[in-house]
Amino acid sequence: MRVPRGLPQPPKILVYLVGFIPAIWWFELGLTDRLGADPMRTLEHALGLWALRFLLASLTITPLRQLTGINLLRYRRALGLLAFYYAVLHLTTYLVLDQGLDLDAIIADIVKRLYITIGMACFLILVPLALTSNNFAVRRLGGQAWANLHRYVYLAAILAALHFLLSVKSWPIEPVTYTLIVAVLLGYRLARSLLRRPRAAPAARPAARG
Amino acid sequence: MIIREAADIRPSEITPQAAYVNRRQLIAGAAALSLGAAGPQAASANTLAAEKSPLSTDEAPTSREYVTTYNNYYEFGTDKGDPAQNAHTLTTQRWSVKVDGLVAKPTTFALEDFVKPYALEQRVYRHRCVEGWSMVIPWVGFPLAEVIKRAEPLGSAKFVAFETLVRPSEMPGQHGLFQVLAWPYVEGLRLDEAMHPLTILAVGVYDETLPNQNGAPLRLVVPWKYGFKGIKSIVRISLVEEAPLNTWQAQNSSEYGFYSNVNPEVDHPRWSQKTERRIGDGLLAKRRPTLPFNGYGDQVASLYAGMDLRRYF
Repeated sequence: MRVPRGLPQPPKILVYLVGFIPAIWWFELGLTDRLGADPMRTLEHALGLWALRFLLASLTITPLRQLTGINLLRYRRALGLLAFYYAVLHLTTYLVLDQGLDLDAIIADIVKRLYITIGMACFLILVPLALTSNNFAVRRLGGQAWANLHRYVYLAAILAALHFLLSVKSWPIEPVTYTLIVAVLLGYRLARSLLRRPRAAPAARPAARG
Repeated sequence: MIIREAADIRPSEITPQAAYVNRRQLIAGAAALSLGAAGPQAASANTLAAEKSPLSTDEAPTSREYVTTYNNYYEFGTDKGDPAQNAHTLTTQRWSVKVDGLVAKPTTFALEDFVKPYALEQRVYRHRCVEGWSMVIPWVGFPLAEVIKRAEPLGSAKFVAFETLVRPSEMPGQHGLFQVLAWPYVEGLRLDEAMHPLTILAVGVYDETLPNQNGAPLRLVVPWKYGFKGIKSIVRISLVEEAPLNTWQAQNSSEYGFYSNVNPEVDHPRWSQKTERRIGDGLLAKRRPTLPFNGYGDQVASLYAGMDLRRYF
């Protein structure tokens, strides 16, 4: 952030501490039997939704910097990792509480139900991204290779939105809204890269003017 | 510019406030006595006297709280909690039900007259949602068969079509830019399904008139079918010759069929139907196995003898 000199920047650990509040809140509700009529579904949904929210938050860092100059880059890793941790909690809830670790039922779900297939694929993409979200991995892979690998987050965001959209009947407003946010965040990047390309080839410009 | 003057004397200035407040209370009181007048507030639900039916399950009913706060009723929002939050806007006074189509005696009834001829029964039924959860619900109602008999169906009548109220001013899901289904919500049964003794029209739950979110003042209950067949807030019942389209089949015919019988062998593309979560069992509860025809196979399987239930799902 372009914080005026002398003002301390909030430490990264604060992002994690704040980021885990929803998880603690939802588990507390679960332990005290306050998750309503269908507690498993409510918990599963809440954790999945927070995974998606943190994923989207990590994807807003770059547009925010480019459009407003506010630089929160140092918090991006924390946001991405929070998305992964919530995805782990979401998946664990599904495997243990929803399916009771019934392997046959889980495999049948993955094979037969497109939204679960997509959800699993999304999670598998997030695993290597989470594993390489540390300074050691960045040095080891080299900046360019690391950046190339982490572009898969765009695919993960698309799959996460599809997973949500296909898991519900009809077209409720919530998953549609999140899908639109993903579309805007990725559309922005696509538009920017398309607009920047001609500038990279200055020779073409005079011809275009003529 | 014409400046219109308000009428010199308003009615409220002539009538003492005490008198008109009192009159409103009188009207509300009278309405509460007649069935189906469960007004906007749940508080005005009134007690129904009903015989216990031998067709009830002896399973423990799901708590009243969950039965009345965990609902799918898209006219009031898509979240399960939305109907209980939003359905208070629906006014069920002066409700009329039209029975028409291929019948000798097509009639439009005031709800009170529609219900009057029938003895109310308490039917405790299992309720299985297509989304993989279930409840046990103590409905109060009467057999649909009796309604159909009174209307005297013609020989050509093969199906029964049902229609929910369309009233965007009182149903938030029916207005605005973002509407999830085509209205009115419609459903249908084959005539023999509609005549089956298990099939009822419910006017109450838990010994009281239906809360709006449960489909007040009149809804269908077909316990061996997925919950979405139980159309709510019914305004029309028509006997017809051809199989009527139902809303969810129209919305997505690869996922929802006409019959929609509970069947653990036929998966919904998004939900395995082999097992179900019983509402109220808690966070750590195991899923329960789903039974063919929701456990009512002894009574209803014969209706579908010889039919390929994978094809006619």
